[in-house]
Amino acid sequence: MNRAAFARAEARWFWLLAAAGAAVVLAGLLAAHFMEEHGHVVTGMDNQVVWGMPHVFAIFMIVAASGVLNVASIGSVFGQAVYKARAPLSGLLCLALLAGGLFVLMLDLGRPERMVVAATHYNFKSVFAWNVFLYSGMFAIVAVYLWTLMEPRLGAWSKPAGLAAFAWRIVLTTGTGAIFAFLVARQAYGSALLPPLFIVMSFAWGLAVFLVVQSAMYVWNGRELPAPVARRMRNLLGVFIVAVLYLTAVYHLTNLYFAKQVAFVRFILVDGGVYPLLFWGGYVVVGSLLPLVLIYHPRFGRPRSMLAASLLVVAGAFALLYVFIVGGQAWPLDIFPGYRTTSSFGDGRVAAYAPSVPEVLLGLGGLGVAFLITVIGVRVLHFLPQDDLRPAAEAGKP
Amino acid sequence: MLRGGHWTAAIRRCLAASVLLVACAAPALADAPGAGASRVPRPTAATPGGACVEDTAFMRRNHMNLIRHQRDLTVREGIRTTKHSLANCVDCHADPKTGRVTGSRDAFCEGCHAYAAVKLDCFECHADRAKTAATASVEKAK
Amino acid sequence: MSAAGPSQGAKGAPSGGSAAASAASVGAHRPKHVDHARRQILAWGAAMAGVAIAPGITLFDLAHGRPPAEPASRTKRWGMLVDVNRCDPDCNACVTACDREHGLPAAKTATSAQWIRKVELTDMRGRKQSLPVMCQHCAEPPCVDVCPTGASFKRADGIVLVDRHTCIGCRYCMMACPYKARSFVHEPVTGQRPDVPRGKGCVESCTLCVHRIDRDQLPACVEACAAAGHKAILFGDLNDPASEIAQRIAAVATRQLRADLNLGTGVRYAGI
Repeated sequence: MNRAAFARAEARWFWLLAAAGAAVVLAGLLAAHFMEEHGHVVTGMDNQVVWGMPHVFAIFMIVAASGVLNVASIGSVFGQAVYKARAPLSGLLCLALLAGGLFVLMLDLGRPERMVVAATHYNFKSVFAWNVFLYSGMFAIVAVYLWTLMEPRLGAWSKPAGLAAFAWRIVLTTGTGAIFAFLVARQAYGSALLPPLFIVMSFAWGLAVFLVVQSAMYVWNGRELPAPVARRMRNLLGVFIVAVLYLTAVYHLTNLYFAKQVAFVRFILVDGGVYPLLFWGGYVVVGSLLPLVLIYHPRFGRPRSMLAASLLVVAGAFALLYVFIVGGQAWPLDIFPGYRTTSSFGDGRVAAYAPSVPEVLLGLGGLGVAFLITVIGVRVLHFLPQDDLRPAAEAGKP
Repeated sequence: MLRGGHWTAAIRRCLAASVLLVACAAPALADAPGAGASRVPRPTAATPGGACVEDTAFMRRNHMNLIRHQRDLTVREGIRTTKHSLANCVDCHADPKTGRVTGSRDAFCEGCHAYAAVKLDCFECHADRAKTAATASVEKAK
Repeated sequence: MSAAGPSQGAKGAPSGGSAAASAASVGAHRPKHVDHARRQILAWGAAMAGVAIAPGITLFDLAHGRPPAEPASRTKRWGMLVDVNRCDPDCNACVTACDREHGLPAAKTATSAQWIRKVELTDMRGRKQSLPVMCQHCAEPPCVDVCPTGASFKRADGIVLVDRHTCIGCRYCMMACPYKARSFVHEPVTGQRPDVPRGKGCVESCTLCVHRIDRDQLPACVEACAAAGHKAILFGDLNDPASEIAQRIAAVATRQLRADLNLGTGVRYAGI
């Protein structure tokens, strides 16, 4: 295909993708409007399970947003050239995912029209109040960092900017984990292990999202990721997957030593119905073990395996977050230890939750926002990683 | 993506001109107070007799500030003076026929707010009925 | 006023007597050339005044007699004591009264607001009890800590409230509450009680009938329980050592729910 035809086809594909992304965003906005108009009674969330599918999507995106910046940090902060070439794309994805996550969170509020109130009234004991600054600060810092990366005259500033972005994102992800860590009374939360768990989750999920987007860009441009680069990134993903498995295992094993936590652990891991299914099947097998096989088994060395592994990690992330967020709320609060309780308010009873269409559409709308920002960003600016290696045509040579 | 820089410049100039035109014409197009018939009927804002706690001109400009200040005093500090309390306003200004300050263009609050196109969301939470009417309906339900 | 203090009426005599005693002790510090007749008139006058005012003082004490322009003060700490032994498993008077007082829906669904609920307990040996559970009005409320806008707050006199003007409906406080005391309003609300504004999109919970206690009345659940003949809930000022609730808590074994969390709840339970 000659250059002109390729450019025309590419333009058409771009508009198609942008339109698809915009349509998904529109669906999300309509769902949010529907929820605001009629109240949250139209969702599956109730007084027992107060955070549902929108929060699963939102927290995935926010955690992945901070983690996707890791690729840039390894480049700018730790000086790895291969990663440094990927820093701009990583920065763009960070902004896109953060925007998507916040889109969902803010539209799920009971009173989204009170954004101004949230921006002007602060209770600094609350992690949510800190998050207003951490998230908006993240946008600003990453924007500056991107500028230092893409403006040739500011190249020297990219290292301090990268360091600032790295430090900021560690604080931000700690804050995201702290949202749950600071909940004293729920058996699923209130653990100091949660902020570190969220940090390693961000490493794994951020890198997985990055690899998916990078693969798509390379396919779009008819290029192939150089084998050494692919191998390094693949192995890194494998390390991160193992790290998340490790901390998740520690979290559950520690809980087993607390007699008062045993029933909850059994609920999540054994007899809770959908929750053990999602945990073992969705997160452990599909989201961790299968990707590890695809990454480390000698039979699967191709880029397609890396893309498949990344997609499976993302699927596993959703499963884990669903178990963590919804399962953690479904298990009843233990207000009267040692007693069996019943009441008209669901005491002593595992809460039922079923995701509703508006919630899922809102969550997808957030993904749509991230997608749209990425598609427009990579079209308008130079985000395709430029590796200083031989071109793909010679990649097959030893 | 965009071809021909002079097209974009022309489009930009047209857009700017039209925005400027509308902005300059808006005051002329808007109704001057008291001048001729307006497309939107003026609210009657019927109130049963008696004087308000502040004078009308002051209230027109500042009632929202009074209410907003009083709400913090009442909710946060438990100060329940009635002069600027919303419930007290509703009690007095409720339409004697319906007992409400919303519900029609003649209702006190809704009438002016509809005319001025200012969203009125107090009554998403606050009772829009005078206390006696509201309590009476609750008593009937008991 | 007379309906406000059935449990406080008996305190008339002690405070009258103490007024007289204090008057006499004041007289005892005067110089020796004092007029004895004058002294006696003063003592008797003070005693009679004490006896006359005493019932008013005790009712005043319960009702705190705070004028509308005066803010709530930290000298008071409102609390409740629930005597579980007096709570009847088949009685729902407190719940019904709360629903009626605040305009809450009578139908109890997963999304309807419940500010107070009856919980039935069964212990390991099968013994059953029931008790009402509502916002515990903690001294260190987790809901206040996590609210991003400060809408969830503790008033000076210990009542934990939601300022619905500032609440953005994020539901973080609902996640944080150890007692699942909070409800989210899932639907548009109409026909609100004038004293109880509530609407869609905000979080709410038991207000200890703040609109009633500011008017020197008892919370609706307390009144209803007494009217139903159980008198299982006692309301009063925990900071006042002379109040019945403080005296009962000092005399009888009571506990807080989830005492291990060390939240310093204002609602205590006796009999579990």
